[in-house]
Amino acid sequence: MSKAAEIDIISVSKIYGTTTAVESISLKIPAGTYCCLLGPSGCGKTSTLRMIAGHEGISSGDIRLGNSVVTDLPPAKRGTAMMFQSYALFPHLDLIDNVAFSLKMKGVGKDERRAKAMDMLRLMQLEAYATRRPAQLSGGQQQRVALARALITDPEALLLDEPLSALDPFLKIRMRAELKKLQTSLGITFVHVTHSQEEAMALADLIVVMNDGRIEQAAHPRTVFERPATAFVARFMGDHNVISGRVTKSAEDTVALSVPETGGEFLATGENSMSRETADIAIRTDRVRIAEPSEKGLGFTGSISNIEYRGSSVKLSVSGAGVEDFTAIVSDAAFFANPVKVGEAIPLSWNREDAIVLGHLKH
Amino acid sequence: MATITTSESAKAEGVKPRSFRLPPSLISYLQAAPLTLILGSFLAVPILMIGIVSFWDYDFAQMYPDFVTFNYAETLGSWVTWKTYLNTLKFAFLVWVITLFIGFWVAYFLAFHIRTTAMQMVLFLVCTVPFLTSNIIRMISWIPVLGRNGLVNSTLISADIVSEPVEWLLYSDFAVVLAMVHLYTLFMVTPIFNTLMRIDKSLVEAARDAGASSWQTLTNVILPLAKPGMAIGTIFVVTLVMADFSTVQVMSGGQSASVALMMKNQMSLLQYPAAAANAVVLLVIVLLMVATILRIVDIRKEL
Repeated sequence: MSKAAEIDIISVSKIYGTTTAVESISLKIPAGTYCCLLGPSGCGKTSTLRMIAGHEGISSGDIRLGNSVVTDLPPAKRGTAMMFQSYALFPHLDLIDNVAFSLKMKGVGKDERRAKAMDMLRLMQLEAYATRRPAQLSGGQQQRVALARALITDPEALLLDEPLSALDPFLKIRMRAELKKLQTSLGITFVHVTHSQEEAMALADLIVVMNDGRIEQAAHPRTVFERPATAFVARFMGDHNVISGRVTKSAEDTVALSVPETGGEFLATGENSMSRETADIAIRTDRVRIAEPSEKGLGFTGSISNIEYRGSSVKLSVSGAGVEDFTAIVSDAAFFANPVKVGEAIPLSWNREDAIVLGHLKH
Repeated sequence: MATITTSESAKAEGVKPRSFRLPPSLISYLQAAPLTLILGSFLAVPILMIGIVSFWDYDFAQMYPDFVTFNYAETLGSWVTWKTYLNTLKFAFLVWVITLFIGFWVAYFLAFHIRTTAMQMVLFLVCTVPFLTSNIIRMISWIPVLGRNGLVNSTLISADIVSEPVEWLLYSDFAVVLAMVHLYTLFMVTPIFNTLMRIDKSLVEAARDAGASSWQTLTNVILPLAKPGMAIGTIFVVTLVMADFSTVQVMSGGQSASVALMMKNQMSLLQYPAAAANAVVLLVIVLLMVATILRIVDIRKEL
C-alpha cells in the first residue's frame, strides 16, 4: 500500500515533573518490522509509543521516521497512525464516517471519501455494517474499524496501544492472527505495545523488553527467549528459573556461583563480562530433568512443594539448596514413568549449556 | 441420626414466629405510594384544577362552576396575548442563544483546559456562589449598576465617553435579557459540563491523530457529543424564561410584558379562570417546545 519506514529512536527521554518515565532509550526498528514493546505496566512502553505517535512531547532526544526527523511534528504530519487502547471510535458517527474522518479533515469531497472508506471497510469485511454506530458492534468488529480508520491515511508505520487487551481470550488469539496477516500483506512497520509476553512472542519480529523506563533487551523473540539478556527479561518472559548468587570462580566461558548461606553451588555458561561479584543465571524450566547431576553445579536436591498436572506436561515446584520455587516442567510420560509426591526430596539436573549467565544493565 | 434431624427441623419450623406477610403485588404498590402521593397532590391535582377552572365563568368578585370556552376565545383572540407571547418568545430566544454560548465555553474551559479534577470542582463551585443569594436580590443588585446615576453611567460620564446618561441600560429589554442571562447561565453550564466530562479524552487524541485542527475537533467531535447536555440546558433555560414574571417586571420597569406577568395581572384582578386558560395555553406551548428539543436531540444517554 505504502512504503514502510524505519523508525529510529535516538536517546529519547520523557520526564513528567520529577519522575522519569522513559530514560534515554535508543532503538532502531527496521522498515517493515513487527515490533512489540513489552513490559509490565508503568515501564514506559506506552509513553514511548505515544512519543513516536506525537501525542506526547519528547523531553530530550530525537525520533526519526524514514528520512525525516519527526520530533517536533504534529501526529498527522508524521506518517504514523495510531490505534488506541479503547479504539477511541467516534460514538456519534457511523462506520463510514468514522473511517473517512481523516479524509474529511483533509477536505476530501464527500463522495470520494465515502467511496474510499467503503473500500477500506470491505478490506476489513465490515461493509455490511457500514451504516451502524460503533456501539452496535462487537469488540472484534470495533477493533477492525479502528484498524480501518488508522490505515486509511496510508501510514508508513502503524502504532498499536495494547490493541488486544479489551478482547476476550478466544477473540484475542483470532485477532492476533489477523494483525499478523495484515502486517505481512501491508508490509508496513507495526509497533505494538503489550504486557503479554505470549502475545509478543506470537507476533513480533523484534521484541523490545522494557522495565523502569529502560530497554532491557531488544532482539528477535527466539533470542529473547533463549538468551535473555538480564534477570528481568528471564523472569518476565517466564519459563526460566533465575538463581542469584556470589561469583566464586569465573573462567573464560564458565561462571561458578554460590547461593549465600545455604551454600548451593551452580555452574553456568557465559562470561562474567563486568567482573562483578554477584551474578544471575537462568535455567530453562523445560530442560530440567529428575536425575542426579552429571557434574557438580548442574543440579541440586530439593523437596517438592507443589505438583501441577497440565496435560502434556507436569509442573513441579521444588525448593532446596537456597533456591525457592524452582520450577521444572517434565513431560507427562517421564513423570508418570516414575511418579513423585509432594514433600519428597528429588534430585534435579540439567545440561551445562542450559544454564546461562545473565547480564546487567549499566546503571 | 436421620430421625433426629427430621424432628429437629420440625421443631425449628414450629418455633419460627408466624410472620405477617403482605402479598407481593401490594408491596410494590406501597413502595410506589409516597412518590405517587407527592406527585399527585402537588402536580397532577393542581394542573387538573387549573384545567377545570379555565372553563369556569367569573365576574368581578366570584367564580361560577360552568363549562364555557370564552376564556380561551378571549385569550387566543386578543392581539395583546399574541404580542405578549411573541415578546416572551423573543426573550426566551435571546437568553437561550447567549446562555448557550457562554455556558458552552465555560463548560469547555472547565472540562478540557483545567487539568486537575480538584481545580475543576473548585472552579465549578465558584460558578455556583451567586446562587447562595436569592434570585430577587441578584436581580435588584443590577439596578444600582445600570441606573441613570448608576455605576456604568457615572463611569461613562466621568470618562467623557457620553455626555448624558445612557437611558436604555435599565428598565429596558436589554436589562431584562442581561438579568436573565445572569440568573440562568449556570443551568446551561452544569449539564454541558457534565456531558463534556464524559467525553473520552482519547477521542480528542484520535481526532488529532487523524489530522484534525483544534477547530475541526471542536466542530466534528466535541460539539456533536455535547448536544445532549446542550438540550438539557436548553430545556431548563427555555422553561425558566417562559415562566418568568419577576425579572421582566423589575428589570423592564413595567414597560415590557411576559406571559407569566400577564397571568399575574389577571389574578390580581381576580380573573382566575382567564389566568387558568392562559396557563393551559402556556403549558401546551412549553411542552411542545420541549418535545421539539427531545425530537432533535436524543438525551436518553444522559439520564
